Amino acid sequence: MPGSQGGSVTLRGIVGLLAAAVPKIALPKIALPAIALLAIALPGAGFAGSFLEPAGPIAAGQLSHFGVISMLMLIVIVPMFVALPIVLYRYRRGGKGTYRPDWEFNWGLELLIWGVPVALVVALGTALWRQTIVGDPYRALGPDPLVVEVVALDWKFLFLYPEQGVATLDLLALPEGRPITLKLTSGTVMQSFIIPRLAGQIYAMAGMQTQLNLLADETGDFTGRNTQYNGLGFATQSFTTRVMSADDFEGWVATAKTQQAGLDAAAYARLLPPAVVNEPVIYARFTPGLFDQIIASFAPGMAGGHAGHGPQAGADTPAAITAPATSHQQHDHTPEAAQ
Amino acid sequence: MNWELIFGQIKWTSFVFAGMIENPSLSEAIASGAGSIAVLGALATVILLTVKGWWVPLWRDWLTSVDHKKVGIMYIAIALVMFARAVIEAALMRAQQLSATDGGGFLSADHFGQLFSTHGTIMIFFVAMPFITGLMNYVMPLQIGARDVSFPLLNAISLMLTMAGAIVIMVSLVVGQFSTGGWSAYPPFTGIEFSPGEGVDYWIWAVSLGSIGSTLTGLNFAVTIYKKRCPGMTLFRMPLFTWTTLCTSILMIFAMAPLTAATVMLALDRYAGFHFFTNGDGGNMMNYANLFWLFGHPEVYILILPAFGVWSEVVATFSSKRIYGYTSLVYATMCIAVLSFAVWLHHFFTMGQSANVNAIFGIATMIIGVPTGVKVYDWLLTMVGGRIRFSTAMLYHINFLLTFILGGMTGVLLANPGVDFQVHNTLFLVAHFHNMIIPGVLFGMFAAVQFWFPKVFGFRLHEGLGRASFWCFAPGFLLAFFPLYWLGMMGATRRTYMWSNPDYLPWLALAMLGAVLILAGFALMVTQIVVSVRQRAQLAAPLGDPWDGRALEWSIPSPPPAWNFAVLPQVTSQDPFYEAKKAGTAYRSPASYEDIEVPRNTATAPLIGLFACAWAFGLVWHIWWLVIVSFVLIWAVVIARSFATDTEETVPAATVKAANEAFLAAARAAPGVTRDQEMTSANRGRAIPEALEGRSGTIASGAPVEALS
Repeated sequence: MPGSQGGSVTLRGIVGLLAAAVPKIALPKIALPAIALLAIALPGAGFAGSFLEPAGPIAAGQLSHFGVISMLMLIVIVPMFVALPIVLYRYRRGGKGTYRPDWEFNWGLELLIWGVPVALVVALGTALWRQTIVGDPYRALGPDPLVVEVVALDWKFLFLYPEQGVATLDLLALPEGRPITLKLTSGTVMQSFIIPRLAGQIYAMAGMQTQLNLLADETGDFTGRNTQYNGLGFATQSFTTRVMSADDFEGWVATAKTQQAGLDAAAYARLLPPAVVNEPVIYARFTPGLFDQIIASFAPGMAGGHAGHGPQAGADTPAAITAPATSHQQHDHTPEAAQ
Repeated sequence: MNWELIFGQIKWTSFVFAGMIENPSLSEAIASGAGSIAVLGALATVILLTVKGWWVPLWRDWLTSVDHKKVGIMYIAIALVMFARAVIEAALMRAQQLSATDGGGFLSADHFGQLFSTHGTIMIFFVAMPFITGLMNYVMPLQIGARDVSFPLLNAISLMLTMAGAIVIMVSLVVGQFSTGGWSAYPPFTGIEFSPGEGVDYWIWAVSLGSIGSTLTGLNFAVTIYKKRCPGMTLFRMPLFTWTTLCTSILMIFAMAPLTAATVMLALDRYAGFHFFTNGDGGNMMNYANLFWLFGHPEVYILILPAFGVWSEVVATFSSKRIYGYTSLVYATMCIAVLSFAVWLHHFFTMGQSANVNAIFGIATMIIGVPTGVKVYDWLLTMVGGRIRFSTAMLYHINFLLTFILGGMTGVLLANPGVDFQVHNTLFLVAHFHNMIIPGVLFGMFAAVQFWFPKVFGFRLHEGLGRASFWCFAPGFLLAFFPLYWLGMMGATRRTYMWSNPDYLPWLALAMLGAVLILAGFALMVTQIVVSVRQRAQLAAPLGDPWDGRALEWSIPSPPPAWNFAVLPQVTSQDPFYEAKKAGTAYRSPASYEDIEVPRNTATAPLIGLFACAWAFGLVWHIWWLVIVSFVLIWAVVIARSFATDTEETVPAATVKAANEAFLAAARAAPGVTRDQEMTSANRGRAIPEALEGRSGTIASGAPVEALS
């Protein structure tokens, strides 16, 4: 029954949160695996790939930070939940509390109600600063990352592997244990890319490039999706992230290279009209530099006006895609350039 | 005959009923049903007005009035009508999400997209904004001892522009589609390339009209508070609701402008081929996100600050005690107002800016939590040493303290970029902002209605039904939104019309139950108003002070006369009316009366509103003749008005004296009631101050409450 399942999901989640939060505050390091194990061992259907069951250091860091902040916030929450009922009971009309209708100030209390939140914000802010720097999506997680270029399209994601020379649609194959650098752009409206068990969101925007670094430390299929509403197919715009061992990944690439289909500018143009992809597609090869060309296709035309790039662009698109891209044009339009 | 010249892009298929005829489905039937309700509702109103002969009074006494009190009432009437629509939309979306695991459901994806867009747009711009504006309109001038706002006509124009926006959004139920771009309408999705058609244009013009109205309101109220305070009303003697009104007005002045700029630029993109926010040709949607949230974040505080003001009034009155830490609360409010302009980026931590930028805005966001936390504990300390009465308004306040602080906790969580990366765009975020807006703003407004209703209409609201309504609303909110936190953590995205994860089901069912309770609460609230109107003789409190109030508004009759104060009051302390009651100086006859100038009614504002509505409709449908004609007419009305010199009429001193002396005599003659009799028909609005009852500790019996009827 949904009810019982839901209950166990809650329990697992709460234990998971505790597992993430508690060691940072009090328990010795050794307790972490024990509590984490307890969380995973609880029966239930899991979290459909949520960050409550992290499968990599980035998502794990986000979960544990969630726990730390929650625990710290209890410092201001708990007193209210304790004090309010007492005050209501004691000072209700007819209660025992002394009626002091003109009492309006007390320096001690004043220092307390300003001081505690200030001190708390100092602690929270410090934690925030450290976690934000460590968890910066632009920070590479090690040398020699595997670069995957991601193009958000209407109701599907295109993944390009420049190192391997293969490409996929709605399937992100990754090796376990190797740092991954995802470079993202959009061929359409803004989207928000997430693989909850591995890392949080980053926007993909046309004409610009954003980055998401992550690392998977367990194998398996993890759901990823777009979270920014982009039309009728939004609800079903998800993809499978398949994390496999390094050897399996090599094997997967080799198999991919044996596929028939390749992706050139014309094939890309056929992907532009909004559509939901039911089965992932694997391309044995793609036109090198396609990612940069997609970004460049949104740069202002120096002559000839509007460059076709949208879903309605139809046959104009390939020409636009193969237009020469100058690197400074791209960088002017990336959020990275602002850093 | 060129029909397009006359009707622009309206076709017969634009009417909502065409969808039902051409492509019958449950989703279309619901759309047609909603359209029918809008049409029938309008028809029923027309018939009622005609049968009852109310057209003339409606025009003469209300629409053309520039009295801040009537303007305030009309604002709140708009808010309640629009609330009825948007809350039903919310329940529809809940039902859809519950029934749509693995496809299914009864709404089409497109219909669902329109629902979440209209729900958000209406709730923010046409429920929350008119509600707070109406309340500030009514209460603030009374609290500062003024006869009206500084610019009464401008005030009426603000109202009519807001009403025009609300009408435009109601018309979209019947003619054409609404946007599916959400209440924030992010381009490029809302650009002409991806959203052709009239939907986004409806959003643009409805919101633009509302935002211009709010800008004018902000200016008007700020000037009123600076210039129209009665003698002795120094800034630090102002009631806290007036303080929060001042802060909100300042925020409105500065925050509405970026929104108007953003909507106009989006319109230029769509109508004139500009490239502010397009994907290509130099456009950049990041600029829209910045402009929108430069408005959007202060907007959160525009809404919550007046509610904070309400809470301060309610908690002090129903604890029969001075507010704790008045100065502290004022500074905290100002801190919040200023800081609210420094945190907008936390709405898009995920846009790829550097970690340092994210961290700074995250910490700034947490810092706002400090003054907010201070306020919450100030309210708690206000109850300490008081004599707390658990009236409906007070129940809302207690519920607010407990739930708001939890929303604050999730807000601090969301202020962490690392957490936000995971739960941004999920139901966690949806739960968070509803957690702030419903127990904070909406229930604040409901509490304000319970609290000030007897002032406005001269009779109390039925207390038993009020409490019944509260006991549906409060648990309804918890059930409807706390499961959403969990769903969001499990990864359920917002704005999603179907799911593939069965784990969500039990939580969605709980949320649906909550939505049903909220609807029941609303039905009980409507019932409460109807029953109270019927029992208005028993509930009457014409002597003006049913709650043992503290500020000046309680010193005058209920409902107040058009001139508010027969003689402008002299103030020497905070809580002036309460102090006067304690000192026995309340209800004294003034030495002399003078003639009072009050502004004449004028058709200027309703005409401007009417033409603004036509102008917006013309723009939405590209009916260019209508656009030009109505635009010219708007300015013709403004110019014509500028020639009117006889805009005020004089109320003779004798009239004022007769009315006021009658009121004072009745008040003095009335026996006065203790708080024990507050909820009985003995309460005619003359209070014996709690502090004069001379009792400490126990009180004989609990206050009886009218039985449910």
